[in-house]
Amino acid sequence: MTRLAIGYVPLLDAAPLIIAQEMGFAEEEGLALSLHPAPSWSSVRDMLSFGTVDAAHMLSPVPIASAVGLGGSTVPLSVVSVLSINGTVVGVSNAFADKMRAAGHDFGFNDATAAGNALIAAAQGRLRIGVPFPFSMHSELLIYWLSALGLPAPQNVDIRTVPPSSMADALRSGEIDAFCVGEPWGSLTVEEGVGTLLLPGSAIWSCSPEKVLAMRTGWAEENPIISGKLIRALVRAGRWMVEPSSHTVTSEVLARPQFLNLPGELLDRGLTGRLMISAQGDQRSVPSFIEFHDGAATFPWRSQAEWIGLQLARRTGLDRAQAVRLARPVFRSDIYRNALAESGMDVPGASSRVEGALSVPTPVASALGRLTLQPNQFFDRRIFDPDLPD
Amino acid sequence: MTSQLSIVVVEQDADRAYEIVAALKNIGMVTINVVSERSGLAAKIKDFNPDVVLIDVSDPSRDMLEELTIASDPMSRPVAMFVDNDSRGLAKAAIEAGVSAYVVDGLSPKRLQPVLDAAIARFNMFGRLRKELEQSKRALEERKVIDRAKGLLMKARSIDEEAAYSLLRRKAMDEGRKVAEVAQALVTAADLLS
Repeated sequence: MTRLAIGYVPLLDAAPLIIAQEMGFAEEEGLALSLHPAPSWSSVRDMLSFGTVDAAHMLSPVPIASAVGLGGSTVPLSVVSVLSINGTVVGVSNAFADKMRAAGHDFGFNDATAAGNALIAAAQGRLRIGVPFPFSMHSELLIYWLSALGLPAPQNVDIRTVPPSSMADALRSGEIDAFCVGEPWGSLTVEEGVGTLLLPGSAIWSCSPEKVLAMRTGWAEENPIISGKLIRALVRAGRWMVEPSSHTVTSEVLARPQFLNLPGELLDRGLTGRLMISAQGDQRSVPSFIEFHDGAATFPWRSQAEWIGLQLARRTGLDRAQAVRLARPVFRSDIYRNALAESGMDVPGASSRVEGALSVPTPVASALGRLTLQPNQFFDRRIFDPDLPD
Repeated sequence: MTSQLSIVVVEQDADRAYEIVAALKNIGMVTINVVSERSGLAAKIKDFNPDVVLIDVSDPSRDMLEELTIASDPMSRPVAMFVDNDSRGLAKAAIEAGVSAYVVDGLSPKRLQPVLDAAIARFNMFGRLRKELEQSKRALEERKVIDRAKGLLMKARSIDEEAAYSLLRRKAMDEGRKVAEVAQALVTAADLLS
C-alpha cells in the first residue's frame, strides 16, 4: 500500500478525493490517501509547492497563474486531472435581491444576461463582489460575465477575496453586495437568511473546469505509476458519484466532522442540483450543476488551460500570446491519457477543443469510441478557438 | 534599526493576541496593531501600512492577505506566519519562496525576535535584488537606444562608431543631460522624419 498525502479545502467539490479514500477506490489501486484539510487556498498551494503533500485539490487557475508569473508559487505545478466541472453559485445580499425583484427581475436562475443586467442596474456605486481567491474560476467567470454585459471588470468592480466560510458574514455585515462561491457555502448564506442565489456558475459557462488535481511537475514526471494510480482512483470515484443512487451516501460521508462538518441536507442541494435560492424556500433545479464524470469531465483539455491563461492576461495586462503559450502545457492531457490507458475507461482522442462550441451532447472520437461530450457554451455564445486567438 | 517598526498582528483569539503583543513590546521600538476581525482585513492592513504582518497560517483569511500582496506588489511587505509544526522543512522552503518567515511550534514569545529579524532581513534582501534587477533592465534599455542613435549618426554623417559616440557624449555634456536622453531624442526625431 503506497501512502499519499493530499491537501484539500473543505468544499463539496473535494468529494472525489474523500470518496476515493472512504469508498475504497484508492485502496483498489493500492493507495492509502491521507487527506489534509487546509484553511486557505494559499496554504494548499504552499503545502504542495514545498512537498508537505504529494498532490492537491486546487482552483483550476492557480497552477496557470504560477506558470505565467502571477502569485506566489516558485515550483512548476501540473494539472493531471480535472476533479469537477461547474459547481459554483453567484448570490446577492437580501437587500440587493429585494431591489432587483422590485425592478422586475424574476430570479429565473438560468438566464445569465437577464441576471447580470439586473445586478448591474441594482448597483448604485461600484459593485462589490466576494470571491474565495484572486486566481479562481469564480473571478474569471465574474469578469467574463460582467465585461460581456458592458461593465468592464475588474476595472469597474471591486472583486474582493473573502474566505468561503466567511461569505455569509461578509454579506451580513454589508461588506459585499454579491459573491461567487463553491457549494455548500452559497446554500449556507441562504440557510442563514442573509443571501439569495442569483445564478449557477454553469449559466455563465456551461462547462468550466472548477477544481483540478495538481502535482509538482517534477514529482508527477518522476512518479508516473503512483500518479497514474491516483488519477484512476479519482476518475472511478467520480464515475461512482454521478450515479443517482450514490448521492445520499456521498453527502453523508462528506458531512462527517473530519471532512465538511455541515448538515448532509445542505450538501445534497449541490449534489442533486436542486438548490434553494432564498430563505422563503424558492427552489430551482439545475441540470449538471456539478459534474464529476460524464462527458469526459475529468479530462484536462489543453484548451481549458489556454482559455484561463488568456483571461488572466486580459485582466492583468500580461502579453496575451505569451500567457496562452505558457498556460497550455500546465494541463497534462498526456499524463491523464497514460493513466487511463488500458483501464477500460474512455479518453478523448484530441487534447484540445474549441471551447464554447457545443450546444448539445456530441459524440467525439475517442480511444474506445463511446464518448459523448456535454454541452459547452458561454452565455454570450462566443467561442474560444485556441488556434485563432484574438 | 533607527525608526519604529510597525507590525500588524492578525489574530482572532484575544488571549493569544495579548500574548503576542506582550512579547512584541519586550522587543521595544515597535508600533503594534491587532486586527481580530476578518471583515475588511485587506483594507485595514492597507491603512496601517505596516512593515511586517504576523498571521496564523491556520487562518483562512490568509487568502485575503494574499490578495493584498498581489494587488500592491508581491514583495512590498514581509509577512511572517506561524505554523504548528515543521516536520518537513516548511519554514525553509516558505522563506525561499518569498514568504518572509514561517515560525514553527506555533507561537512562543522567545521566537518572535528572530522571526522579525528574519522577516526584515528577507524583505530588505528582496528589495535590493529587485532594485538591482530594475536598474540592470534600465541600463539594457538605455544601451539599446544609444546603439540606435549611434547607428543613425554614423549613417547621416559617415563617421565611425567611436566618433558617433563622442558626438553624443559631447552634446550631453554641453546640455547637462544624460547620454541616453540625448540618444532617445535623436531616435524619436529620426522616427518622426522617416
